[in-house]
Amino acid sequence: MDDILQEFLAESWENLGQLDSEIVELEKDPQNAELIASIFRTIHTIKGTCGFLGLTNLGAVAHSAENVLGKMRERMLEVSPGAISLVLEAIDRIKELLQGLEATGEEPKTDHSTLTLMLDELANLATAPVESTQQAASVTPAEKSPAEPQLDQRPLNEQSQTEIAAVPDGNPAAGEEFHPEVVDPLVPATGTEEVASRSSKVSVADLSIRVNVNVVDSLMNLVGELVLTRNQLLQLARGDEESKYAAPITHLNRVTTDLQEGVMKTRMQPIGNAWNKLPRLVRDLSQVTNKHIELVMTGAETELDRTVLDAIKDPLTHMVRNSADHGIEMPGVRKAAGKPEAGTIHLNAYHEGGHVIIEIQDDGAGISRERVLKKAISQGLIKEVDAPHVTDSHVFSMIFQAGFSTAEQVSSISGRGVGMDVVRTQIEKIGGTVDLASKMGKGTTVRIKIPLTLAIISALVLESGSQPFAIPQLGVVELVRLSAEDCKKIETIHNKKVFRLRDRLLPLVHLNEVLKLEETIPDEDDLQDTNIVVVQVGEDQFGLIVSRIFDTEEIVVKPVGRLLKNIGLYQGTTILGDGRVVMILDVGGIFNQCGGSSAHSQSVAEETPSSTDRDTISMLLFGVKENVTMAVPLSLVARLEEFPLDSIELNGDRKVVQYRENLLPLLSIEGAGYGGGEPVDPQPVIVFSENNRSMGLMVNEIKDIIDEQLVIRMQSDRPGVLGTAIIGKNAIDVIDTQYYVTRSTPNWFEKVEDKKSFRVLVVDDSMFFRQLVATALETEGFSVVTRDSCVAAVELLEKDSRFNAVITDLDLPMMDGFEFCEWLKEQEDTQELSVIALTSANSATDQAKAREAGFDEFLVKFNSHELISCLDESFARLKYKTGVKA
Amino acid sequence: MSIAITDSGSGMESQLDYSSQYVSFRVDGQLLGMPVNMVQEVLTEQVISPTPLARAEIKGLLNLRGQIVTAVSLRKRLGLPDLEDDRSMNVVTRVGEESFSLLVDEVGDVINVSGRSMEPVPRTLDPHWRSVTIGVFQLDEGLFVILDVETILNFD
Repeated sequence: MDDILQEFLAESWENLGQLDSEIVELEKDPQNAELIASIFRTIHTIKGTCGFLGLTNLGAVAHSAENVLGKMRERMLEVSPGAISLVLEAIDRIKELLQGLEATGEEPKTDHSTLTLMLDELANLATAPVESTQQAASVTPAEKSPAEPQLDQRPLNEQSQTEIAAVPDGNPAAGEEFHPEVVDPLVPATGTEEVASRSSKVSVADLSIRVNVNVVDSLMNLVGELVLTRNQLLQLARGDEESKYAAPITHLNRVTTDLQEGVMKTRMQPIGNAWNKLPRLVRDLSQVTNKHIELVMTGAETELDRTVLDAIKDPLTHMVRNSADHGIEMPGVRKAAGKPEAGTIHLNAYHEGGHVIIEIQDDGAGISRERVLKKAISQGLIKEVDAPHVTDSHVFSMIFQAGFSTAEQVSSISGRGVGMDVVRTQIEKIGGTVDLASKMGKGTTVRIKIPLTLAIISALVLESGSQPFAIPQLGVVELVRLSAEDCKKIETIHNKKVFRLRDRLLPLVHLNEVLKLEETIPDEDDLQDTNIVVVQVGEDQFGLIVSRIFDTEEIVVKPVGRLLKNIGLYQGTTILGDGRVVMILDVGGIFNQCGGSSAHSQSVAEETPSSTDRDTISMLLFGVKENVTMAVPLSLVARLEEFPLDSIELNGDRKVVQYRENLLPLLSIEGAGYGGGEPVDPQPVIVFSENNRSMGLMVNEIKDIIDEQLVIRMQSDRPGVLGTAIIGKNAIDVIDTQYYVTRSTPNWFEKVEDKKSFRVLVVDDSMFFRQLVATALETEGFSVVTRDSCVAAVELLEKDSRFNAVITDLDLPMMDGFEFCEWLKEQEDTQELSVIALTSANSATDQAKAREAGFDEFLVKFNSHELISCLDESFARLKYKTGVKA
Repeated sequence: MSIAITDSGSGMESQLDYSSQYVSFRVDGQLLGMPVNMVQEVLTEQVISPTPLARAEIKGLLNLRGQIVTAVSLRKRLGLPDLEDDRSMNVVTRVGEESFSLLVDEVGDVINVSGRSMEPVPRTLDPHWRSVTIGVFQLDEGLFVILDVETILNFD
């Protein structure tokens, strides 16, 4: 294809880009003469060049469109939506023709006679000047004459095709020749000022040249090399200020930095270039959907690298389309909701610390949390029981999952179920992030954060397994350094290390393990610390444990070689200042590799335990020895005391203390697999007490009492330990009080022996609660049998109904407590039993329902005294009854 | 230190027929060769940055004047154990848009084979070697095995 044609195409595309938004603008502001003139110029330039290049088909369409625009400019034709649509149609045809021309080098021979006919008819319709033209007409000649000679050396001739073609350098201001025609009928221009501003416009245009993108790209590569060499020189010169090279290197450093900035600048383009198409898009959408939509754009001048710009064009278009299609409601709905009939989509761009932030905001219906959740549940992304506990940000992040569209009806505009995931992938590909916030009825805001440029990035250089690596600074949230002491705060859940950073559980990954590198043992003292790089991947954060963190460095990203591509952990390579080649880590890849998504769901599952285990209980936390914390349900504790060490006496091999005119036997936790701590003075003691008998447990310190939803993780086979609970996200052993009680006083139960005949069946699906209740009751002397479901309890009772009381949870799977109670009351063998509901659901409705079902008592989890006194009562009744019978 | 080969484009040499010239090198005592016009340059031992998790054949990356080169161990590629005292030399070649370095035990002369014809790979040759070989020349000093560089750099 010859050069002139190339130039023509490049110039036309550029001008047409602006045209769409200008025409839409004109529709809103039909009186804007400058706009009409600008549009006219663009079309005119195309038409002119077409004549010169012999592109008759294209020329014909452009000519007819120009006629209409010319009439509009002369105010002989009204700027009506119909006329605008026709002009837009013509522009589309021109684009099609240009595309064909670009692809084949020849003008497509398509037929456009219908359109040109309609355009011509429209132009012919215009006969009389429309409103305010009188004024305009009177101004036109007056203004024309002084402007002309100053701007144009050659005689002005609108129809001269050769003249236009003679300016093929693509100067967008080529149309300036026609500027004198610009007439603002409302504000008649006053001579010189106007001319001055125009001539300055011309000169600005003269100062710019068109450069092939490849040239700029190769310049950028060269500058990258220069930056690397500079870095190497700096490294060599470091610490040697005396060197004769020091001064030139410093100078080189400065010049290189300036050069780098300069070349980056040449690649910078205003984001408005990516927004050009949007006004047209929104206009077309509002016509198709019959909605009124305003598009407001601010910060269009914000600049960013052209590669980044290209990458975000499509995602942006998609999101604006989404806002218009799903976000903005129909005018009637908006009116009913008390909103203005016209919805607004606001595009905003601005710089923020090396990044560009783009916001797409609409004042539409917002996204329904429920609908997203419903969809998420149906797709198996979350469990139904967890739904109420999922945070809003997590809910909205699910919109970006593949195949996720909540549009109930798939429309031609959007909602095909592809899209938002593609948007996210594309933005993440260029190192950006995207979040979404939405309020029902108020609207939705999507916020995109992207780096200014891709070629040279700021990266954190670190070491793992004695090797340096780089991580893009964009993904790094913070750096955490743990001293050897703090390292004990790293916990292990399911073989996965986690660290509690402020209020959240941070999954930890040893980078050297991911990369299968041996970690050398650091010998220097300061390396004993653990360095954690907290990185962000989408919605998730995780910590990378590395052996050393160096500095941030501006690095030039080079692609990963063919043979290393499929590893998936590297997003590029670079050369450091000292000449070493290092890999740039892809944190997303690392996260996926170490089962990121499953690790995440696990931690979520732990934070929101399933409802069956969700019971709040007061726990007493106490220290056993340094850094070992254990817990005991507060309901089992009688008192907390402190005794001076010298008041503790040895009675045989047992420790006792005089307490309330009695001897209180004391035990330490030694038997539980923990060595007793150093003696503490005064000695804190937890006192357990039943029926005037007491025992004390010596601990190192009483730490805290917390109300927590706790989950018993595993039943311990260690004596004296009931199990391990997650309390406040720490794994803590819960002690088995019964174990200590029997050890302190082997005959503890003797006195209450007679209660052994009273058999209690405890039904609860929570293993922990079964244990807890059983312990409390056994301590009191009752015989206890436990079952984890009503079904199992029924099975048992059918074989062996010799129980005196049943204590059951209400909310149980398959057969709930109410049904169970009804069943009990229906059976001949069991209708005499006292049935006690022990539940965490304490609503009036539940209580009423429980009474109806036939429960004798309704108790709230968990007060052992209440429960025991309740059982004692029925035990007393039983004794009385049997006594009567006897 | 680098021995530049492609840069020697003086008038006389450019007249020479490169197609009969092969750069020779040894791996495990065997004389191997590749066409001289495929060799970008030959380097002595270089600092190689390892690339964790890459295949065993890939020794790592080296920095050749700002250009990143993937270093491939010819020993590993041919199923041989690494040398204990690894002072491998680099034969740098360009395949496609990328540069690779073949790590060899030592680099020898450029051997001119004009007048001799390439013979097919003997069937007796280790299958590992056969798959990456184009043909052989019978030289006085023994068998000169010509490698198929593209296949060597194609692992899958």
